[in-house]
Amino acid sequence: MSAVVDTLRLTAEEANGLLARREVTAAELHEAYLAAIAERDPELHCYLRTLPYEAGEEPNGGGVPIALKDVISTKGVETTAGSRMLEGYVPVFDATVAERCRAAGLSVLGKTNTDEFAMGSSTENSAFGPSRNPWDPERVPGGSGGGSAAAVSAGLAPWALGSDTGGSIKQPSALCGNVGLRPTYGTVSRYGVVAFASSLDQIGPVARNVRDCALLLSIIAGKDECDSTTVELPEPVRLPEREDLTGLRIGVPKEMNEAEGIEPGVAAAVARALELARELGAEVGDCELPRSVEYGLACYYLIAPAEASSNLARYDGVRYGLRVDADRFSEMVERTRDAGFGDEPKRRIMLGTYALSAGYYDAFYGQAQKVRTVIAREHAAAFEQFDVLVSPTSPTVAFKLGEKAANPLAMYLSDLLTIPSCMAGLPGLNVPCGLSEGLPVGLQLIGPQFSENRLFEVGHALERALGFDPVPERLR
Amino acid sequence: MSWQPVVGLEIHVQLKTRTKMFCRCANGYGGGENTQVCPVCLGYPGALPVPNRTAIEWTLKLGLALGCAIAPRAVFARKNYFYPDLPKGYQISQYDLPSCVNGRVLVPRGDGDHEIGIVRAHLEEDAAKTTHVGGRTGRIGGAEHSLVDFNRGGTPLVEIVTGPHVHSSEDARRFLQLLRQTIVELGISDAEMEKGTLRVDANVSVRPEGSDELRTRCELKNMNSFRFVAQGIDAEVARQIAVYESGGEVVQETYDFDAATGALTARRSKEEADDYRYFPEPDLVPVEPPAELVERLRAELPEPPAARIRRLEAELDLDRATVLVTGGLDRLYEATVAAGADSVAAANVIANRLAGVDARAVDAAELAQLVEARDRIPRGALDEALGKVAEPGFSAAPYLEQEAVSDTAELEPIVARVFAAHPGQVAAYRGGKEGLLGFFVGQVMKETGGQANPRVVSELVREQLADES
Repeated sequence: MSAVVDTLRLTAEEANGLLARREVTAAELHEAYLAAIAERDPELHCYLRTLPYEAGEEPNGGGVPIALKDVISTKGVETTAGSRMLEGYVPVFDATVAERCRAAGLSVLGKTNTDEFAMGSSTENSAFGPSRNPWDPERVPGGSGGGSAAAVSAGLAPWALGSDTGGSIKQPSALCGNVGLRPTYGTVSRYGVVAFASSLDQIGPVARNVRDCALLLSIIAGKDECDSTTVELPEPVRLPEREDLTGLRIGVPKEMNEAEGIEPGVAAAVARALELARELGAEVGDCELPRSVEYGLACYYLIAPAEASSNLARYDGVRYGLRVDADRFSEMVERTRDAGFGDEPKRRIMLGTYALSAGYYDAFYGQAQKVRTVIAREHAAAFEQFDVLVSPTSPTVAFKLGEKAANPLAMYLSDLLTIPSCMAGLPGLNVPCGLSEGLPVGLQLIGPQFSENRLFEVGHALERALGFDPVPERLR
Repeated sequence: MSWQPVVGLEIHVQLKTRTKMFCRCANGYGGGENTQVCPVCLGYPGALPVPNRTAIEWTLKLGLALGCAIAPRAVFARKNYFYPDLPKGYQISQYDLPSCVNGRVLVPRGDGDHEIGIVRAHLEEDAAKTTHVGGRTGRIGGAEHSLVDFNRGGTPLVEIVTGPHVHSSEDARRFLQLLRQTIVELGISDAEMEKGTLRVDANVSVRPEGSDELRTRCELKNMNSFRFVAQGIDAEVARQIAVYESGGEVVQETYDFDAATGALTARRSKEEADDYRYFPEPDLVPVEPPAELVERLRAELPEPPAARIRRLEAELDLDRATVLVTGGLDRLYEATVAAGADSVAAANVIANRLAGVDARAVDAAELAQLVEARDRIPRGALDEALGKVAEPGFSAAPYLEQEAVSDTAELEPIVARVFAAHPGQVAAYRGGKEGLLGFFVGQVMKETGGQANPRVVSELVREQLADES
């Protein structure tokens, strides 16, 4: 008889233990989550679709279930990227990360909600309706990967995969109170993940704690022959053990901790976490990233839309997805794209098309790429003095649905603190560090390229010391 | 006023790699429509390109053969536009940082070597093949529907761009022949215009002789043989001269050349200027070939065709040398001469009788014996022998044993019979139509079943018709 599974509290590592001791089967585990989804997802709308358990070919009888953001192609399973454009589109191939999850015996619980084509910070841009924050359903779970983050926090998945272009893993994890990693650019394959901005897109894990996050990274990371921008990890992923931070040098970039718009409650929670880090043996010092913060967001909103305008050109109605017929080819393309894309993709396609146009390229896209190099250098200089850099992940706690939906610029500012390190291709980890107004506050840890193991160690030690309860109060 | 044509050529070469440029689909003809396709070359969401290493190496090799410098860092870019044959909405192509730049090709002419600069040679992916059904023009405008075959989509193409250094249709033809031969010898493409594995566009303008200005140019497309390229250039040059001489101005335009009528048809002008919004392809890393690779490829290059033409010209004339080299027959020629054959005779036999034969399969020593015996053995035997010369294990010996009939006593009655059967032609010959000599020789050869020595027959016919006049 199966053990009672508390999906709200069960970590993936614990689930592996239950499976190994045969206290539960993979099918029962999967069913337990589907039951939780049936109970709580009608309110939260984390999933766009769920999947029944499929007996895998794993010798150990399968593993822990997982939720996949709906930008990740799944063979034989509709993959919409939150867009009408891809409604009914069923990929004929698995994304490399999906394939690696399946190869590791993970059963796919379902596909989670996302802002359309991962463009947004609240899931309100999903063509299929927003997801809601498990801590307060009046509030957004963040975005674009709000579905994955909310699912993990609400016990609707032990862990999940997200994709992050300018903060789409870290920011929802912060707003939902769980652990999300944006890995070093190039360490996780993008093959089969619906592209938003290719030079920024990264796939990463969302989990209830740091060790699960590391475990999931070890499953998906590493060179992939199908993605020429990937590399092998210089060292294998290690599950963090240390509980102290002796010898660690933490840099606190002034501009990212004193930026206008950081809520006092958020700043206070981060300050408490830094105090705790000192108690654990870390040295904490100030540093500066002036250009990264001043220009990061602006450059991001040139580069990401420019690449998006090109990446989204394939949705022309010719081969798959939506087609709105017309007499002429160009008219068919226009009608299809008008009907298939929501406002945000259209806005970014227009921005990006403009930024790449003849006569504007040098001033916009070309210049933004140069600034990107400056941002990378500025971070590299900071890492000569410090092992990790720390800031709030999001300037605010979860905001209310509709609060920023009418103001794209205010929405874009949600990513002010996550974007600079994305632009530099650096890994970033969100760890919950407390509550403000009863809502989770996320601490962002940034490290040099390939420093995921260091981030996990720091995150793990802080997580232990902070004792944050990742289960939303209203669900306890 | 006298006018000088100014022509630059853009050549697309489809590489015959085993697989496509950015995916593992088979590259080649033969499959049914849309059978050689995958998520990558169909532009499915999330699919990513992975470059074909062989295609990159072949591009570098071709660049080296064209005297280009190899860029230490080349970058693939995206060329963005909507068209049904372009599944991603962009074509991946090297743009501002191509793999090969600043080359030159020497074209041997009677008045010395003419240099044609190679601006660049870059690698890109081909578009799919569209068939527009219905409508008058076969183009997308007005078509009832369009069919797309993605088998060709994503196959590797090298684009070669010359400087505006071609000043006659004849130079264009000579250059293209040399280029084609270079490509074929590198083994990287079949380079057949009829099949579209070699495509040539010409940018044509004219200027007053002696001037160095560059006037408005027009682009010619759709010319699917070297001859049509030459005809198209001649037609466009004549058109532009006529425009200027009637006081008009040439307007930049793209024309299709219709080989059947020799007519140039302007394509419908686009409503707006093209803006392809090029930017570096973020899904790919730059091409940075190691110096050792470049040197290895350079060491593998065959001797350039132009140099070989010049070498052969010392013993032959320019035209014969050009025919041998651009026909891929010069190595056989040299080996045949080295085996003892007379150079002019060997050149004639090889150029006239062995075109299309796989020259590498021919044993030059055997061929040399045939060349030397060409007048002595019966013509039928020579024809048969040359037809089989490329077969494995071919031996000239059995043919060399046959002797052509050169005995005039034996041939005279046959000649007489031929005259008797064709009194009209005999009268015409005597009336001055000496071109009929070949006719009589041919008839005698036919009567003898190809056994007669044609040179002897020829003399006999001439003597006899002269004697009796």
